[in-house]
Amino acid sequence: MFTVNPFAELSALLSPAVLQTYVVLMIVLVAAGTLFDIVHKGSAKYFFDNWRRSKARGARQVGGGELLSIAVRTALVDVLASGEFCNRKRRIAHLLTMYGFVLYVVTTAVMIFAYPTPVTPTPAILPQLWWLGALMVCVGGYWFWFFIRADVAAEGRSPLRLMRADLFILSLLASVTLALLWAAAGGGTGVLFGLYVLATTVLFASVPWSKFAHMFFKPAAAFEKRVSKADGTAENLPTQSRDDPEQQRRHSMELLQNAPMQMGLGIKREPPRHY
Amino acid sequence: MPTFVYMTRCDGCGHCVDICPSDIMHIDKTYRRAYNIEPNMCWECYSCVKACPQHAIDVRGYADFAPLGHSVRVHRDEEKGTIAWRIKFRNGTEKNFLSPITTKPWGQAIPKLADVAGPSKEMRDGPLLYNEPKYIRLDDGDLHTLAAAGLKMKKGVYY
Repeated sequence: MFTVNPFAELSALLSPAVLQTYVVLMIVLVAAGTLFDIVHKGSAKYFFDNWRRSKARGARQVGGGELLSIAVRTALVDVLASGEFCNRKRRIAHLLTMYGFVLYVVTTAVMIFAYPTPVTPTPAILPQLWWLGALMVCVGGYWFWFFIRADVAAEGRSPLRLMRADLFILSLLASVTLALLWAAAGGGTGVLFGLYVLATTVLFASVPWSKFAHMFFKPAAAFEKRVSKADGTAENLPTQSRDDPEQQRRHSMELLQNAPMQMGLGIKREPPRHY
Repeated sequence: MPTFVYMTRCDGCGHCVDICPSDIMHIDKTYRRAYNIEPNMCWECYSCVKACPQHAIDVRGYADFAPLGHSVRVHRDEEKGTIAWRIKFRNGTEKNFLSPITTKPWGQAIPKLADVAGPSKEMRDGPLLYNEPKYIRLDDGDLHTLAAAGLKMKKGVYY
């Protein structure tokens, strides 16, 4: 089961060209949806306006080399390691979902384009990675949905309540779960396959209305946040901290003269309970 | 005007929902980010602003108190034990404050009143409240009373 390419098996009933066209169509829908979202919300206009204003107000100018190193740090820390999350459980759930999704989508595309029929035997590693990616999405996604989601107990709502904000996570989980069920049931073009295609189409076609596009916007926002810290504006947030010996000598810091640098977690020690 | 959330910075973690004493920070249905559902009930206590780990919440002060073009932002760092304020005036003046967090664990710094002697008749009849003048600064002399200012209370209403 784990070494069988379910799309190659499907080629007996459905021409590979259909599957390949479908994948290309989904990619086009994501690109078009994201562009529509950007134009409709004016996100790019706002982002560059903000960038220009920040640059004009900055205490120091950030040079090209520094911008490049900030970009690399953003890519490594904020994107690849989901560094913006302060809560460990959220961070791990996001890493699982993110890498699982990438693995699942890439292996799907490779299997459909490079190994479309049983004539070209699929290397066993591909279906295994497909299963692994899908399972990672399930673990991370269901963990988030049932245990980490923040709007239930705090507002006395039913955990089964659905809202538009849930469109992305639920269609993703539906698509991946149905994919696994369909593959485990032996493939074919039955009801499971129909539901799988439906869920996947909803996932990729609802980009203008769901939170799908956050994966493109968040890296840009993280980069902009780091640059604003580097040029001194820091979104008007205070930049002085106790680390600086100059600040430690302030009259207002008298009480902390002999205190350790790390004073414990404080309210972070008690995360909000939402269930 | 009270608190508002920068939706691009908010990640929907719910810390502000949990800490708001008025229960007016809720999670939005379309984006799963936080927002202030009742700005006119906000007392600008800054709890949500300080609790937000992403610094996604800001306060737009009432115009009679905080003029246009101002910026007041705070960073509460529990691990370092400091609270820092950066206040920008619209003429470009900037003030930076850095202070220790003085919030104490529950029950530890409250004086045990059972161990303290009760007030004497002079203290009860006097104008000073419990632990005054120690707890109030009297840099410019004694308490400001009518007698100290040379005034007398006249019974009745006079315009």
